[in-house]
Amino acid sequence: MTYFAGIDVGSTYTKAVILSEEGDLVGRSLQRTGFKLAEAAQGTLDDAIKAAALEPSDIAYVTTTGYGRFQVGTRQLNVTDLTAAAWGTRFLYPGTRTVLDVGGQTMKVSRIDEQGQVKSFRLNDKCAAGTGAFLEKTAGYMGFGLEEIGPLASTSHEEVPISGVCAVFAEAEVINHLSQGVAPADIMQGAIASLVTRSVQLMKRVKMEPEFTLIGGILRFETMAALLVDKLGGDAHVPEGDQVQYVLALGAALLGRHRHRAVAAEKALA
Amino acid sequence: MAYAAGVDVGSTQTKAVIIDEDLSIVGRALIDTGSNVTLAAEHSYELALAEADINEENEGVGFIVGTGYGRYKVTFGDAQTTEISCHARGAVQMFPGTRTVLDMGGQDTKAIKVSGNKVSGNGEVLDFTMNDKCAAGTGRFLGAAATALDIPLDDLGPIALRSDKPVKISTTCTVFAESEILSWLGKGKKTEDILLGVHQSVGSRALLLLRRVGIEQEVTFTGGVARNAGMVKVISDLLGFPVNYSEESHFMGALGAALFAMDRIRSRQEPASLSGGRAS
Repeated sequence: MTYFAGIDVGSTYTKAVILSEEGDLVGRSLQRTGFKLAEAAQGTLDDAIKAAALEPSDIAYVTTTGYGRFQVGTRQLNVTDLTAAAWGTRFLYPGTRTVLDVGGQTMKVSRIDEQGQVKSFRLNDKCAAGTGAFLEKTAGYMGFGLEEIGPLASTSHEEVPISGVCAVFAEAEVINHLSQGVAPADIMQGAIASLVTRSVQLMKRVKMEPEFTLIGGILRFETMAALLVDKLGGDAHVPEGDQVQYVLALGAALLGRHRHRAVAAEKALA
Repeated sequence: MAYAAGVDVGSTQTKAVIIDEDLSIVGRALIDTGSNVTLAAEHSYELALAEADINEENEGVGFIVGTGYGRYKVTFGDAQTTEISCHARGAVQMFPGTRTVLDMGGQDTKAIKVSGNKVSGNGEVLDFTMNDKCAAGTGRFLGAAATALDIPLDDLGPIALRSDKPVKISTTCTVFAESEILSWLGKGKKTEDILLGVHQSVGSRALLLLRRVGIEQEVTFTGGVARNAGMVKVISDLLGFPVNYSEESHFMGALGAALFAMDRIRSRQEPASLSGGRAS
């Protein structure tokens, strides 16, 4: 049996998946990226292999993606985030034409054609206000950690407006709201609403077309996903649960399988 | 002797200055603004009064002007003026050749083009532009570096000046720069080289603002960040000529406010002496 590994070395988390020849996800793993990218990549790969109850020798092909994709020594292939996103989303939702990927330090939007080719894309990786870091900072100003964002926002009754122009200047805004007795949950949801607005703006810039698929670690916050789907007219795919974090790793593994098959076909001809 | 006062309530620090009729600074105070802005304004004013050794009751301070983002919280003030006008006025008073002012504060950076004082008097504002939507290029960027490296803010400049191999900080955003700084440390770069890179990053943003209003010599550097010797050097290097700065650069806004206050005292006195002249 042949298996394929996909590793997505992201700015905040590194994710690995193991894909079988038939296209089943048999193992996965995630850890914080930190500053030692190669170690994080190897760590998630080892854990995912273990989770799948396999041996490293069972893996025919290792494909990497994400900003740290070049740092992984064991890779056979590396692909851009946009290509991995196109492959991963089309595997899950074949009708996908526009992909939004909101990560810890980037926001990416791409429009893809029927063949899965990336036709147009826009990135925000220059300003934290348009990325997950905005939510992390906002939570941090109130004494909450990254993993508390989702549960906190889900208890919000009424979001307060957060301007969202700068993740640093948001601190003054947050402190101002807190001093006026606003609940942290409502401030958190306000920050999420601000990020949703920026997401839709970026999507408009690629002339988005349905079907929409929303991925990335920030979409695991349910209120973020719900608000975005609502803003997009109620119709958008969001992979269930923490699956949203693994779509790029999945896309990378699929590309690895594709390449492996092509190489095998070439050999058979020769 | 009549005195005038200016209170500059900034986002990070509050400054108060008292001047006499000769326009010399006789009292000054600098405190952290903190969360109670009104209290900070009062407290800084009282400290400046104490330093000036003025008795409030007879011939005390005749007029008080508030400036800075918290100028309307100077509840005891007689008038308010924008910090842009005040920095321009203060800079031209201290350095009469000033044509361009760079004011770098805790949360915003401004480039101001002023008229020369010989033409229209007192450093009239001709144009200005500011960076207030993004923390890059403001004192906050330095503050983030200080936090990331765990170094007191006042030590940043002197440490940066020891470097001759600055690291190139590639991220614009202050939030991302924090992680970039840590990754440079992880790669074994020296603190001084990282810090010079940080100063250059802030300096190059400031230069963009200055270019937007047009750079005309002399350039006077004001605001809290002007106390940072590393930033003074970086800005001068980027411009290709030295900027004016002084130990009192961070009082420039308050000084300007005090000068506007003195104008008001004088304009109150003048009509009286004029009418007296006609009567005789």
